[in-house]
Amino acid sequence: MIAVPCVSPDGKPTTRGIAKLAALKNGALTPEAVADITGHPLFGVRSGLRELANAGFVKQVDDKYQLTPEGSKLVP
Amino acid sequence: MVILMEEKTDEIRLPLIGEKAPDFEAPTTQGTLRLSDFKGTWLVLFSHPADFTPVCTTEFIAFSEIYDELKKRNTELLGLSVDSVSSHIAWIRNVKEKMGVTIPFPIIADLNKEVSQKFGMIHPAQSKTETVRCVFIIDPESKIRTILYYPLTTGRNMKEILRIIDALQTTDKHKVATPANWKPGDPVVVPPPGTTEQAEERTKEGYDCKDWYLCFKKL
Repeated sequence: MIAVPCVSPDGKPTTRGIAKLAALKNGALTPEAVADITGHPLFGVRSGLRELANAGFVKQVDDKYQLTPEGSKLVP
Repeated sequence: MVILMEEKTDEIRLPLIGEKAPDFEAPTTQGTLRLSDFKGTWLVLFSHPADFTPVCTTEFIAFSEIYDELKKRNTELLGLSVDSVSSHIAWIRNVKEKMGVTIPFPIIADLNKEVSQKFGMIHPAQSKTETVRCVFIIDPESKIRTILYYPLTTGRNMKEILRIIDALQTTDKHKVATPANWKPGDPVVVPPPGTTEQAEERTKEGYDCKDWYLCFKKL
């Protein structure tokens, strides 16, 4: 499966990004757990979560990522 | 090993087998990636001279063909050249359109040559502006386990890259070595004894021993 960026140039999460946000719906997870849930390659999950964090949709707490209020609005 | 680049006075020390691979952050066709993003998986980091060149195109198709086999071995691929992301995108779209092959792995756009210099991928006597065909096989702990260099004119052998990964993973799992031309299923080499007592006992341990220092076993 191909990894693609999670945030588009206009600052909105891509479909891949939304999938990662959805994986965090029930609480903070490690990149490894997000990779298991989404089926995305681990290297792509790590870089994607960094992108999502830089864009303000998730935040890193220790070795886990959790949704920010901005990110929560995008998860159905 | 120390290489003095022609135009520079500073020394660039190449990373060597057994050393930790230098980390980097670089733009790729699949977003900004760090070497550390691959921690926990094996990685084949390879450079090619340039996009839209014939030998490189055959190599990229060949790397794509072994992609599933690499995934079975918990191994990712990461390409690199000193072209831009836009050039990489145009090239992989062309390969898809003309050759029907999807390139599934990311390719670093190393325009400032930062990564290629860290890994000694530019050999000025071959080309001052292009990377030669390097392969770094990096283990899940980011340690360099194999380095291969090919000249610009020689395309790489994918079966050999798979064979090396199989051999390294077999060595790690079973604490053995692999003989010349080894392939999975063949007998492996038992590490040589370190003492005379072990050498004496070695012949009684049921291995296929040619002599005390050369013993094979089946896994």
